[in-house]
Amino acid sequence: MSVTLAGYKKPNTEGSVLQFKKQYENFIGGEWVPPAGGEYFDNPSPVDGKVFTRIPRSKKKDIELAVKKAHAVKERWGNTPAAKRSRMLLKIADVLDKNRELLALSETWDNGKPIRESLAADLPLASDHFRYFAGVIRAEEGGMSEIDAKTLAMHVKEPIGVVGQIIPWNFPLLMAVWKMAPALAAGNCVVLKPAEQTPVTVLLFAELIADILPPGVLNIVNGFGPEAGQALATCPDIGKIAFTGETTTGRLIMQFASENIKPVTLELGGKSPNIFTESVMAKKDSFFDKAVEGFTMFALNQGEVCTCPSRALIQESIYDEFMEKAIERVRNIKLGDPLDPTTMMGAQASEDQFQKILSYFDIGKKEGAKVLYGGDVFKNEHHPGGFYVQPTIFEGNNKMRIFQEEIFGPVVSVTTFKDEEELLEIANDSLYGLGAGLWTRDTHQAYQIARKIEAGRVWVNCYHNYPAHAAFGGYKQSGIGRENHKMMLDHYRQTKNILVSYDQNPTGLF
Amino acid sequence: MERVPRVLVTDEAQKVIDQLRGEHGELMFHQSGGCCDGSSPMCFRQGEFRTGISDVLLGEVHGCPFYMSRSQFAYWEHTQLTVDITKGRGASFSLEIPLGVRFLIRSRPFTAEEEKALTPVETMM
Repeated sequence: MSVTLAGYKKPNTEGSVLQFKKQYENFIGGEWVPPAGGEYFDNPSPVDGKVFTRIPRSKKKDIELAVKKAHAVKERWGNTPAAKRSRMLLKIADVLDKNRELLALSETWDNGKPIRESLAADLPLASDHFRYFAGVIRAEEGGMSEIDAKTLAMHVKEPIGVVGQIIPWNFPLLMAVWKMAPALAAGNCVVLKPAEQTPVTVLLFAELIADILPPGVLNIVNGFGPEAGQALATCPDIGKIAFTGETTTGRLIMQFASENIKPVTLELGGKSPNIFTESVMAKKDSFFDKAVEGFTMFALNQGEVCTCPSRALIQESIYDEFMEKAIERVRNIKLGDPLDPTTMMGAQASEDQFQKILSYFDIGKKEGAKVLYGGDVFKNEHHPGGFYVQPTIFEGNNKMRIFQEEIFGPVVSVTTFKDEEELLEIANDSLYGLGAGLWTRDTHQAYQIARKIEAGRVWVNCYHNYPAHAAFGGYKQSGIGRENHKMMLDHYRQTKNILVSYDQNPTGLF
Repeated sequence: MERVPRVLVTDEAQKVIDQLRGEHGELMFHQSGGCCDGSSPMCFRQGEFRTGISDVLLGEVHGCPFYMSRSQFAYWEHTQLTVDITKGRGASFSLEIPLGVRFLIRSRPFTAEEEKALTPVETMM
């Protein structure tokens, strides 16, 4: 592999492991199909702001073609034995591992995240996700209940059939895998619409695994939200739609689904509190060090994570001392060339996101929040045309807008609490409830506070780990349904109840 | 004192609204929250996004009604919003996405004086 001392070689340069095509097509029915309208759009890299490939601008016709191809094979795929489906998913996982560097580099170039992170997180998590669901479907069972001595109820899980999935741009490949792996494992055919900012890696993935899955089982249609995305969400021939994104589009997708009475799963983000109780500083040991690292997790993936710990709640009694260490740790975050394996924070995914983050720096300051660190753009000498901001710490109160809105940048808003009561009041004063972090040495707090936080995932004494076997999803306005964990299979299946009588005699009703 | 508007629009954003109106007809905005492209205003064809009793109408921008969910408004009501436009490849179902530009909100807190003369919001109930 072409790792140079300075890092990975830029794609499309001589000697790089990655040479993008000038143009990609849609992956429909196992073939590479140009968009019906013949239109394409430019895809720039946020690393340097320059266009590196072109992507199909698909519309309704293309979505309809993909849905049709999926329907043509849904019976066959749905009736493929679990053992066979499982083997295919395992093969896909192997392909991901074998091509880890290529796909990680693509992810970094398309999304802006540092190569360190795409190599260590996005890719290994993606292959493990396939292996997890490959394993689960070999071991799970349906149900059988004896209603009485002569009546039996069987519960058989059946795939929905053809499902639509709309993917976000923050972990473009991993989020596609979170959605497609359980859907495929459950026996569904998939029509997937990648985010228009970050469409490329999942297309490279499809090139690599095209021979593993039967044609039509996985279809990828690219395009813009109001054109391709909306066509998929409104398509009456899909059995379910899954979406990760924001609340207005989430509501719109529910409205479309209500017209066709289709189920939806939605993951709509959060404003996750990261809570540091005073016991954290009882000793200056490795656990304290871990907690300070936990604070710094807001900068992971440039803050473009639905569960970004973007509110830090710190007990008053330790505030000054804790913040001194926390700021020091944030100061050590290395910014620079995302292709350098030692760089910790890369580029924001697109120019509009970059501008949005700057607009929050502005309102944060205008509302009177104090900038404890950062608060400005980062001029990246390696890539002056890219979209970089400094990791930023604001100090303020929970009613400020920077405490209430998902900025989707490397920005944490810090405030204090006196006691457990105030801790819970602040932590739960949010429209959202996706993630939360709780740091404590007190075992009672570890359970009791975790139970009282209104969020689908509470990390206790850790943050930002995403094992496939742990359920992920939101309370309140953060969405509906869960991802990860074997329970995800039920979001992609129907329950068939077969109720059998073994009684030879009539009931006597008529 | 004259009523203080809750939402304004820049000249640049007005040009994009005009362009979209020419293509799609009457338009509306709904302010989003949450992840990814959240915290951005979404522009739809009028009536395409169904508003209801959980929404408030903050005012009009260049002839388009501007809504926000009531729960979100509780955290935003002390700030004046300005709909602006920026370059960039955004996601979402907002109509300007294919143009390679994105509507963006800029905000400032109202002054104590302005707080007394704010335009009342409209709700269905």
